Amino acid sequence: MIHLQDITKVYPMGKRELTVLRGINLYIEQGELVAIMGPSGSGKTTVLNLIGCLDKPTSGSYYLEDREVSRLSSSELAQVRAQKVGFVFQTFNLLPRLSALANVELGMRYSGGSNHNMAMAALDRVGLSDRANHRPTELSGGEQQRVAIARALAKNPPIILADEPTGNLDSHSGEEIISILTTLHSEQGITLVMVTHDSNIAHRCQRIIHLKDGQVVAEEKL
Amino acid sequence: MKRWFEPLSTAWVGVLTHKLRSFLTMLGIVIGVAAVITLMSVGKGVETDIISSIQTLGSDLLFIFPGAVTEAGIKGAVGGATTLTQEDAAAISEQVPYTAAVAPSYSTSLQLVVGAQNMRAQVTGVTPEYQQAYNLQTIDGAFISEYDSERGAKVVVLGSNVKETLFEGADPIGQQMRMGNNIVRVIGILESKGTSIRGSTDDAILIPLTALQQMVAQPRTSQGERVVSSIVLTVSDQEQASYVVDEITAVLRSRHQLGPGIDDDFSITSIEEIVSTLSEAVGTMTLLLGAIAAISLLVGGIGVMNIMLVSVLERTREIGIRKALGARERDIWGQFLIEAVFLTFAGGIIGVILGWVAALVVNNMGLMTTVVTADIVILAVSVSVGIGLFFGFYPAWNASRLNPIDALRSE
Repeated sequence: MIHLQDITKVYPMGKRELTVLRGINLYIEQGELVAIMGPSGSGKTTVLNLIGCLDKPTSGSYYLEDREVSRLSSSELAQVRAQKVGFVFQTFNLLPRLSALANVELGMRYSGGSNHNMAMAALDRVGLSDRANHRPTELSGGEQQRVAIARALAKNPPIILADEPTGNLDSHSGEEIISILTTLHSEQGITLVMVTHDSNIAHRCQRIIHLKDGQVVAEEKL
Repeated sequence: MKRWFEPLSTAWVGVLTHKLRSFLTMLGIVIGVAAVITLMSVGKGVETDIISSIQTLGSDLLFIFPGAVTEAGIKGAVGGATTLTQEDAAAISEQVPYTAAVAPSYSTSLQLVVGAQNMRAQVTGVTPEYQQAYNLQTIDGAFISEYDSERGAKVVVLGSNVKETLFEGADPIGQQMRMGNNIVRVIGILESKGTSIRGSTDDAILIPLTALQQMVAQPRTSQGERVVSSIVLTVSDQEQASYVVDEITAVLRSRHQLGPGIDDDFSITSIEEIVSTLSEAVGTMTLLLGAIAAISLLVGGIGVMNIMLVSVLERTREIGIRKALGARERDIWGQFLIEAVFLTFAGGIIGVILGWVAALVVNNMGLMTTVVTADIVILAVSVSVGIGLFFGFYPAWNASRLNPIDALRSE
């Protein structure tokens, strides 16, 4: 499903270069639930962005569903994102001017067009169908993140990538979010990759990948 | 359907989100388009005024003026020479086919006295044909008749302005007035026609040419022919106009004994030539007015670009989110371009309405004739859409090129 082969990522920093990833090899099966852990600056988010086709590696190969995508044009990468990947961010990243429903519809907009009924169904799955017309500012943090999950879900992507989805939430809301995500995984067989600091959350996944200084240092199967 | 509706609704939300800003941005376009519409309508109005005033005169007129005097090698103004004569007019009337109402006239300035009113005015000696050539109607009394003309009767026909100046409210018919050293009798008042291309007949003072010749020393040529200021004639068959012009030229050249290689000492002008010359001049003026107004449209366009650049900067995060959701560069590009065009198109429509209203107000207040034509409206709206495309292009391109990761990170 997801196969990273000797991936490196170097960012130009003025005249110097910042090497973030130094040869990552990673294989994630379809339907797996994987946590990526590691200290700040270890390259967790960069790996997630590469998996989500938001960014291109400096060298190495990335096969997504057996297709080499690391050399695609930005427009082709956008197509891959639209069809294959749903993102859940730490800071929710909802559009503040749009209602919860409109935000969910936006998630389908670039992958074949928005559909009111499907958007409502996605909101229903995260338990927010009664708040469809509220704006993000009228919702709690946990509710906003549920809208964000509904947005990621609405287009039925095979992969959901979550970057510290509970990082901005209290423990109660965080627990809610994690149970929604794990339920989605177990019920729908979605491949779920989650970056987290929290080892309690990580231990609810099937596998934990530990990163340090841009390299995979350990893997735990649970 | 959806493909078009979704970007449009996104643009609409974008515009609504910043109502005041959108309004101010639009205002630049509104003012520019309104100015273009109003000024162009004034130009068009002047053009229609000229054309309609010429049509009252009749389009089948030919004017013959004496040529320029060349003195010591310096050519003077057209009409300065004293080469055109009453005998020329008679010869044209006899020899050139398809002519009717050949009307020679001679103008001179004379003192007029009626009671306490005393004025110096241009008096024109005319023949009865003058009435037909200029299509003149009398509202009171009669025009100069053949009989008046033959016996050199000292009678005058006055334009409506002259009548007001000299007689005010009183009935002038049969009244006497002094003209130079002679006493003349008013026999008719002309219908007011407004100002036309050949000056206003409302200011005319017409007297039989024969009578004027007795009153003033009319110049004569070396052959003893009586000089006239101009000859006006109507062409009975419009299709033969250029043939008539050629024939008149031949007759006059032979009468004036001009050998080959010598320039004409007269000029023949048709109404149509005058109309086309004037229309061209007015058209140039209209274009110039439009160009000045277009500058404000350009400034409005720069305003659009400015706002769109700010808007892209402000919505960097939104762009990042959209890209993460799978928006391609051209989706983002299209979104911002549609928003810019939306603003300028709406501004253009509002500007057309305002400009149209302004033109109507100017027209109805009687300040000027204004004409709003469909081509001006279409031009103004398409130019404003074009401005949206042109000035929205760079900001939209900027937005589409943002790196999604950087865009997502921005606050």
